[in-house]
Amino acid sequence: MLFRTVAPRSLRSASALGLLAVVLVACSPEHYPQTTLLPRGDFAQIADHLLDTTVKWALLVFVLVEGVLVYSIFRFRGKPGDPEPQQTHGNTTVEIIWTVIPALILAAIAVPTVKAIFQTSSSPGKGSLLVEVVGHQWWWEFRYPEFNLTTANELHVPVGRTVSLRMGSGDVIHSFWVPQFAAKRDVFANRETRLWFKAEVTGEYPGQCAEFCGVQHGRMAYRIRAQTPEEFSAWVAHMQSLKAQPASTARGDSGVKTASQGATVQQSNQGAAPSQGAAPSQGADYATGEKLFTAKGCVACHALYAVNAPKGMVGPNLANVGARSYIAAGTLKNTDENLSHWIRDPQGVKKGVLMPNLGLTATEAQALVAFLRAHK
Amino acid sequence: MATRVLDQQRVHAPAAHGEKTGVLSWLTTVDHKRIGILYGATAFFFFLMGGVEALLLRIQLGAPNNTFLSAERYNELFTMHGTTMIFLAIMPLSAMFFNYMIPLLIGARDVAFPRLNAFSYWVFLLGGLFLNVSWLFGAAPDQGWFGYANLTSKQFSPGPNVDFWMLGLQILGIASLAAAVNFFVTVINLRAPGMNLMRMPMFVWMSFITQVLLLLAFPVITVALILLMFDRFFGTHFFVPSGGGDPILWQHLFWIFGHPEVYILILPAFGIISEVLPVFSRKPLFGYAAMVFSGVFIAFLGFGVWSHHMFSTGMGPIADTFFALTTMLIAVPTGVKIFNWIGTMWGGSLQFRTPMYFAVGFIAMFIIGGLSGVMHASPPADLQQTDTYFVVAHFHYVLFGGSIFGLTAGAYYWWPKMFGRMLDERLGKLHFWLMLIGFNLTFFPMHFVGLNGMPRRVYTYPEGLGFETLNQIETAGSFVLGLAFVVFLYNIFQSWRKPANAPADPWNGATLEWSIPSPPQEFNFPEIPVVHGRDAHWEAKRGRTTPLPEPARVSGAGIHLPNPSYWPLITAIGLTAVFTALMVLGHTGSHVWAVVAAVLLLFFGVFRWAFEPAG
Repeated sequence: MLFRTVAPRSLRSASALGLLAVVLVACSPEHYPQTTLLPRGDFAQIADHLLDTTVKWALLVFVLVEGVLVYSIFRFRGKPGDPEPQQTHGNTTVEIIWTVIPALILAAIAVPTVKAIFQTSSSPGKGSLLVEVVGHQWWWEFRYPEFNLTTANELHVPVGRTVSLRMGSGDVIHSFWVPQFAAKRDVFANRETRLWFKAEVTGEYPGQCAEFCGVQHGRMAYRIRAQTPEEFSAWVAHMQSLKAQPASTARGDSGVKTASQGATVQQSNQGAAPSQGAAPSQGADYATGEKLFTAKGCVACHALYAVNAPKGMVGPNLANVGARSYIAAGTLKNTDENLSHWIRDPQGVKKGVLMPNLGLTATEAQALVAFLRAHK
Repeated sequence: MATRVLDQQRVHAPAAHGEKTGVLSWLTTVDHKRIGILYGATAFFFFLMGGVEALLLRIQLGAPNNTFLSAERYNELFTMHGTTMIFLAIMPLSAMFFNYMIPLLIGARDVAFPRLNAFSYWVFLLGGLFLNVSWLFGAAPDQGWFGYANLTSKQFSPGPNVDFWMLGLQILGIASLAAAVNFFVTVINLRAPGMNLMRMPMFVWMSFITQVLLLLAFPVITVALILLMFDRFFGTHFFVPSGGGDPILWQHLFWIFGHPEVYILILPAFGIISEVLPVFSRKPLFGYAAMVFSGVFIAFLGFGVWSHHMFSTGMGPIADTFFALTTMLIAVPTGVKIFNWIGTMWGGSLQFRTPMYFAVGFIAMFIIGGLSGVMHASPPADLQQTDTYFVVAHFHYVLFGGSIFGLTAGAYYWWPKMFGRMLDERLGKLHFWLMLIGFNLTFFPMHFVGLNGMPRRVYTYPEGLGFETLNQIETAGSFVLGLAFVVFLYNIFQSWRKPANAPADPWNGATLEWSIPSPPQEFNFPEIPVVHGRDAHWEAKRGRTTPLPEPARVSGAGIHLPNPSYWPLITAIGLTAVFTALMVLGHTGSHVWAVVAAVLLLFFGVFRWAFEPAG
């Protein structure tokens, strides 16, 4: 009421238009990088087609039924003195009709549903790129057996080639969600689950864990990078060229399986030298950082090499951490400042993570950041 | 025990029925109406608590990277919001109407087992307190209301948080099971002469089906919770994968309970709507038989759809297909109900009093919840929607747009009968509009934010995912929703200051409760009515040129009623003490004496209860 008397008409219509614009913008999927409504892969398109089908029927039913309801509200509004309306108790014909029609509509949804169930449950076929996904509290491990590579929190896939995901968990149930290309599949510690998709558009997109998995479930994001086959091959070659696994810790795939058994990992990794091999000419910070990485115990949980890295280490693989867009599983943008903040106070940034506060000084952190930044 | 069973006939022995007052009379009451009011007051308090928890969650989500709540606090609040609303608000609010209204609607003087009824209430109250005492220890449950294994294992949840939830639910389950037995027997045995099953008011029918669901569903969660207790306290591995157990087993057990639970939450509201709509349309319920059988069919199918909560676990195409088809099938009887409600209004003379507003609002909102339900009955589509805000939108349209709108309709409808006071119509309609607008502002945008990629149960979201605007709208909406209940509270408050002068039959009611004074006397009916058809009170009024006279308050001398008893309360305390002692045992590994003492108290209560002299 106040608004009506105070605001001039033009202002009111302008603000109404403004509100409408806000709502339209707020609802259009282009503004949501994590949207399911702009499928860019085959699996996601199957889901999206089904959604379209059900939405069309649902809208039709919605308009008809709510329409009849609203019509009744106005048409049959009575006054207190009105005579008693006709006392009908039912109508068999009408009741049969409104039982059969919804059943037919549901059949129209059920047929494409069943078809899609079998489509999405089919095997990904030969020639697909196998990627192993391991969910951890609270980050994602990705392994490419074909290339003997391990990485974390950034999944690289080529467009045009089906990616076959075989998934598990190092601890509790998580759900791996690729909204743009596929959908969700839960991951478990005691069974393998599968999902496949073929990306059709390049780009970098966000994704995140979809099953509640403990304190930091809200901070368990990852990035998916769909690349042209050439870019992807180049990335694989680059990852393989990164410093190799130190011979002293070569253990193949026999690594410990779960983060929960991290103590074992820590022991078996004691004495692991940090990276060796062709480090480019680095400054003094790099050298200090390299020493700190061992001295402060980082090495117990993190591998700095992508090739032949053991499966199920406690912390994310850091072989190319310097090149990633986010750190701490999507928590912070990967700037030097944020990285320093993160390694100095992980419990402040993401309370509950397995990474302890190491009591690093600002200088130590600076050295470690320089060291980590060089790993890309 | 024979004397405990209620006499349906006048017994000619002198006994006056003056209204007893005072705290003691409430602690020992076995009157279904008082127990109903206790259920209602307690549940409404928990409802407000769950609402405040929701507002805190909404404040946190009002901005990206918000630090209003810590991650731990947020997880506790969303867990307790869900647990509270389901077990401590909607279920006991329905129980309020079971208690107060079922005996009145079937023409009985009380429930079949009045002391068991009191026991149910006290166990419910103590179970609710047990759950919420966790806040005082800074250890509220934080694993989600669904408590998925193996996050609930000792390894990943070492604190007592999960134990409060696990044992609290166990206590509440006992209350629900005892009540379910009671109302099942009440409906079967205590109907007034002439009220055969197909003459029962629809609320009684839907409540009866609800009791069957409770009786069949709660044992499953009881077993699951016992297995979890063994895992956590005694080192078994039912759900622990590293010990050979299977976390998926928990999901199956939980949802075999959990899906029927959804119908436990909504069927009573279906029943209320089916009472309110005919009265305010001045026309009998359309398709009575279809309404009964669709309710039975929904309940039956409700046990065959549980795995639609688990499509993302990858059960394989055969299981996915089965559960997709059964889930879609449930839409048919649900649709029948909606069409019959509209059919009831069609051709009627609609009286838009406050209960009718909420009843029509229920239909309008429940349609939306039903349609979004069909959308994720389709597994490949559900793989995108599950665990996102789309699902949060869906089940709030069912549980708020459905259950809460229905229960609120019932509250306005039966308020004069329960308290002898009319609620204010203008405030009631203001309550309705604020609730409708606030509800839709809060929950409708969740459909979009969910399909656009926002997962559930995240304590915050980063900038740049586009979630900001819609979340702000939702947060604003939630406060409008909160305001609606402030208006309701004020409406209750102002009615208390006015004289209790509600007539016996303010709405031209169709059923037996409107034939007796408001509020009813302790014995309900001076004489047990004889029923000749459906809508018994309409039948009594039909053909009269003048309205029925106000029923007189009579002395009720000679009507036999059960005596008040302490033992239900003592037994309930003993039972809760057993679980508290188990909690201590589970965490200290000692103090076995506490368990022994608690069990003795429980036995003492049961023993004295069993041998209480009938007076």
